[in-house]
Amino acid sequence: MKTRLLVCLVALLALIAASCGGSDETVEASTDATDEQPAVSASADDDANDAMDDDVMDDDADVMDDDAMDDDADAMDDDADSMRIVSMSPTSTEVLFAIGAGDMVVAVDRFSYFPAEAPVTDLDAFSPNVEAIAGFEPDVVISSAPIEGLDAIGIENIVAPAATNLDDIYAQIEQLGALTGNLGEASELVLQMQTDIDAAIDAIPERDEPITYYHELDNTLYSVTSGTFIGYVYDLFGLVNVADPADPDGESFGYPQLNEEFIITADPDIIFLADTLCCEQNAETVAARPGWDQMQAVQNGNVVELNDDVVSRWGPRIVDFIVAVGDAVNEFETVPAS
Amino acid sequence: MWLLAGTAFVIAAAVIALVVGPKPPSGATTEIPRWGAVLEALDRITPFGIDTGLTETQQSIVGNLRLPRVVFGLLVGASLAASGSTYQGIFRNPLASPYLLGIAAGGGLGATIAFVNDWGDGAGVFDGVQLGAFAGSLLAVGLTWAVGATGGSDRSTTALILAGIAVTSFFTAFQTFLQQRNADDIRQVYTWVLGGLNTSGWTEVLQLLPVALVLLPVLALAGRALDIMAVGEEEAVMLGLPVTQVRLVLIVVASLLTAASVAVSGLIGFVGLIIPHVVRLLFGASFRVIAPLSILFGAGFLVLCDLAARTLLPPAEIPIGVVTAFFGAPFFVFILRTTGRS
Repeated sequence: MKTRLLVCLVALLALIAASCGGSDETVEASTDATDEQPAVSASADDDANDAMDDDVMDDDADVMDDDAMDDDADAMDDDADSMRIVSMSPTSTEVLFAIGAGDMVVAVDRFSYFPAEAPVTDLDAFSPNVEAIAGFEPDVVISSAPIEGLDAIGIENIVAPAATNLDDIYAQIEQLGALTGNLGEASELVLQMQTDIDAAIDAIPERDEPITYYHELDNTLYSVTSGTFIGYVYDLFGLVNVADPADPDGESFGYPQLNEEFIITADPDIIFLADTLCCEQNAETVAARPGWDQMQAVQNGNVVELNDDVVSRWGPRIVDFIVAVGDAVNEFETVPAS
Repeated sequence: MWLLAGTAFVIAAAVIALVVGPKPPSGATTEIPRWGAVLEALDRITPFGIDTGLTETQQSIVGNLRLPRVVFGLLVGASLAASGSTYQGIFRNPLASPYLLGIAAGGGLGATIAFVNDWGDGAGVFDGVQLGAFAGSLLAVGLTWAVGATGGSDRSTTALILAGIAVTSFFTAFQTFLQQRNADDIRQVYTWVLGGLNTSGWTEVLQLLPVALVLLPVLALAGRALDIMAVGEEEAVMLGLPVTQVRLVLIVVASLLTAASVAVSGLIGFVGLIIPHVVRLLFGASFRVIAPLSILFGAGFLVLCDLAARTLLPPAEIPIGVVTAFFGAPFFVFILRTTGRS
């Protein structure tokens, strides 16, 4: 009996080792990214330890009393040079670096691995640890959902929720520009994005019959309806979403799991894959799925591979997504369905 | 007689599931003709070349999507229900399900580890998630068996059930921890845990079929032994049944079958728990009837549930576990009340 129990325990340990091996890899990956700025995170840790008792409290209290309470905008401009930002939102991280405020960012959450110079940490936006965040001594924490507890220790929490349209994105970029004193860069970025997006949309010729599409979130056939932000991007080009019958009134259920038979029967003109990273899907794997070889998008080569991250974030790189959709539409125009 | 009823139910369920698809998209091709779907299925499973009159796409849908999915549902439903009835017999406990000894939690942990480590697309016949789930399931049962013995030299069924609860909690906690640490894999894990009969062609069917063909007959014929054991362990020993050995063999067979089903279809609840009871209420308490009939009714029931899962909210799918419980529970209460009265 004892031996058998032992065998089981050994097997269990092996299992645990296997799972931990996985997390080690991710940690290594993130430290690789952090290597470029080790000084920042290290000093933040040290400071946190040194000044845990009195200083932090006093400093924060001062900021709150004198500046923040009286006049937010002023306080931000004054503090901008020395401002310490923790970004718990990959989108906001991209924005901060794109508007030249990257040097104020002392820590970002574990999924903020773009751009490469972002100081990636183990911080997890899905279950934020307020004490760990406070350890970086931020003046401001930016997140896509409110983080409870920051308020209690006097750290400002700016919430930049998921965008529902382009204006939301522009507003968030300008908000972060105002916060960091980089309003000029932020306005420039917004202008550039607007120009690029308008150009992509203007390049699309008029059509009588709309192009239909299927947007794939993962290889279990989760998709989006037009009610989502992703669907809104396709709407800009007048594309028609085959998933929309899943949510006829457009009020709920934005991310349905579609029936495979339905997708094949609907036979969309273009297939967009936003699961090239998560699930290693591409035009070949789609063509190899049973029954999918009958679809015209597969036969005519209108399967478009997108970067999962670019599609799911609402930062500056949304332009890449929009341009990719525009290119796909133009491609479809030049090679009409047989 | 009852065997005939069970067979008729399975065939009826399979045919209905074959000919009914989700509402086709507006403006797209017309619906697949019912009779054509049946002919196409016959064309695929028999050597005769049958002219079905379907378009190439329609042939592909019936032959590559619907037919494998129906066969897959039959196999998974049969396996889960057979394991459930066996567990209920061995443990003489009406609440026993195939997941009693920790298989669900072990499979969930194994699959999660595979997702987290990106073992998803293995080069071999089985992918990493399937292997992880299978290994995790068996590990959990093995651990339950080992822990169940520490309560005393003899493994009483109560000790095993308690050990199963402990192992389930432990594995579930570990799985939740991993899942929370790797939020980017959360949807893949979530989809897997909900279970599903989505097939990629015949791959999953061919994976499960050999296991089911060998193990299902064992459970179908275990009814006599279970009947004797139902009287009581000491009485069964006096009647000359090697109780300990029989119990071990049946637990191993039922666990292997469940683990194999879980590995290819995820966690589909309710079938293994309820189907044996429905059969008992309809056809009597002898395991000689319950064991083989659970296989047939489990197969038919799961195929009908999957039909609902893929057609009720077109073009979206409903997780199969939601359907089995949503329709199974009221149906079970109905059977309970009507048979109780008579």
